[in-house]
Amino acid sequence: MLFNRYRRGLFITSFLAAPVILYLVYVISPYAQAFYIAMTDWRGVTATPAFVGLDNFVRLFGDDIFWKAVTHNAALLVLLPLSTIVIALFFAFLLNVGGAQGVTGIRGSKFYRVVFFFPQVLAVAVVAVLFQQVFRPDGSGMLNGPLMALGIKPIGFLSDPDVAFWSVLGVMVWQAVGFYVVLFSAGLASIPRDMFEAAQIDGAGRLSLFFRITLPLLWDTLQVAWVYLGILALDVFAIVWVMTDQHGGPDWSTTVMAAEIYRNAFQYFRFGYASALGVMMFVFIVGFSVLSLRLSRRERIEY
Amino acid sequence: MSTTTTSWTVANSRRLARRERRRRLGPLGVLTHVALLVWTLLVIVPMVWTFLASVKSEDEIFGDAWSLPAALRWDNFARAWEQAHIGQYMLNSVVVVAFSTFGTMLVGSMAAYVLARYPFRGNRAVYLLFVSGLAFPVYLALTPLFFVVQNMGNVPVVGPFIGLNTHAGLVLVYIAYSMPFTVFFLSAFFRTLPTAVGEAAMVDGASHTRVFFQIMLPMARPGIVSITIFNVLGQWNQYQLPLVLLQERDKWVLTQGIADISTAAGYDQDWSALFAALTLAILPMLIVYTVFQRQIQAGLTAGAVK
Repeated sequence: MLFNRYRRGLFITSFLAAPVILYLVYVISPYAQAFYIAMTDWRGVTATPAFVGLDNFVRLFGDDIFWKAVTHNAALLVLLPLSTIVIALFFAFLLNVGGAQGVTGIRGSKFYRVVFFFPQVLAVAVVAVLFQQVFRPDGSGMLNGPLMALGIKPIGFLSDPDVAFWSVLGVMVWQAVGFYVVLFSAGLASIPRDMFEAAQIDGAGRLSLFFRITLPLLWDTLQVAWVYLGILALDVFAIVWVMTDQHGGPDWSTTVMAAEIYRNAFQYFRFGYASALGVMMFVFIVGFSVLSLRLSRRERIEY
Repeated sequence: MSTTTTSWTVANSRRLARRERRRRLGPLGVLTHVALLVWTLLVIVPMVWTFLASVKSEDEIFGDAWSLPAALRWDNFARAWEQAHIGQYMLNSVVVVAFSTFGTMLVGSMAAYVLARYPFRGNRAVYLLFVSGLAFPVYLALTPLFFVVQNMGNVPVVGPFIGLNTHAGLVLVYIAYSMPFTVFFLSAFFRTLPTAVGEAAMVDGASHTRVFFQIMLPMARPGIVSITIFNVLGQWNQYQLPLVLLQERDKWVLTQGIADISTAAGYDQDWSALFAALTLAILPMLIVYTVFQRQIQAGLTAGAVK
């Protein structure tokens, strides 16, 4: 009996040792250090950092570029979930209950689902380069070519500071929609078909089917989607860093918090300042998650 | 006799009801397909346009965006593979992801299993430690992580293999950062499995380790497959971590290579090779995805479905 307990303990220890050590070394210790580094004036690789308290944060609040980054993240936080969810919900609804009989999937729904998901399996960095080419400012761009052929002035998708942000948003929505179509489809599939049929027999049209049945029963899934997309909007990096001019330009018109963290740490070597930025980002992300879970809590519908 | 009559009437009235509904929703069916086709084109056209450009000459690329290539220039692919080092980067990505996903699944499932099935003092704390990683943005850790990995390079004996600019170093980092989700998902999965089979094997004298590898792991197969796919794609598509940890060109992974040829190369840019490189990064992924689409969709959405 005693031997058994000893063996059990040995087993637990041996199975947990590798993952816990790896996790402590590479994940927990950097995060813990980051909070300390954020309160130092550490710059460059060799300098000895001194403790400066909250100086970095004070400087951060007076930093225009930081506020631009925060504004862009905040705008994405509202626009990305909203547009992605609306589009994905629309398509998921069409695919699953848009069939000729009103309650079944339509012909070819499998094909659409496969194609819609394509962008999701591509690396964000690859998508960024792809759209850099699509958005080229002259006649060789996929979009500007036809525009110029029609005699319309080319659009500076990435070179016009007023447009660049919308290009970033557009690409993010383009990549995200497929995932949420699949997610919402799974949610829709778990709603019993009789509900739709019963409502139809009672005379419900497509619109009331959608607003009275689909939406309330999908609420949980929508909530998950909202949190996922919100976090995606808050820690966006590769799209901005790779696709836009001057990594967040032109004229800081697309920069985001993650890009500024990377720029400060690995181009300016301001490690303390970059970590302070990281702490702010952490605060935003945790704040957002807690808030959205609180706000969207609602009576659950059992079926 | 009477039952057949009833079922016939029911079937008939259903058919009538269906016809009625079809009449009401008919014209919308066409619009539905139009809407779906529009998005299909939005997804496919940029990719097809890129594939087209990958066999064009430089002049054709800078000419009219939608012209067809006069001749198919497959040598663009050879230049992308050799001179732009896409071949090397792809090989690096394959090696890194093969080891990191295997390692993630091995240690991740071990941790998840113990945390799910063996109550001990501190179990909850260890579990929460892992899961708390889900809330932290990786950008917060970037600077210290860079120095942690740099310091690992000074560890005696193994140091040179796991420091900066090493694939093994990146593999360890990938494994560590994949822990939160892997442990979170798999421990939930292990909890749903029946205990009786494992207990029976223990009575027959199997060790804890043997029960795990020969009984529990095979039983957890659906969950393991989903999370493996999730990790393969996540690690294959990772850009931020290699950008910080691999600064020597010959060590780069595919995402770094692709991102670099478009941004840094400058004037003597080989544009047709860029399109060929993009095609090489996109097309194999789409083919693999199309073959395994059911599993991949399930794997990627696994985390979001309760």
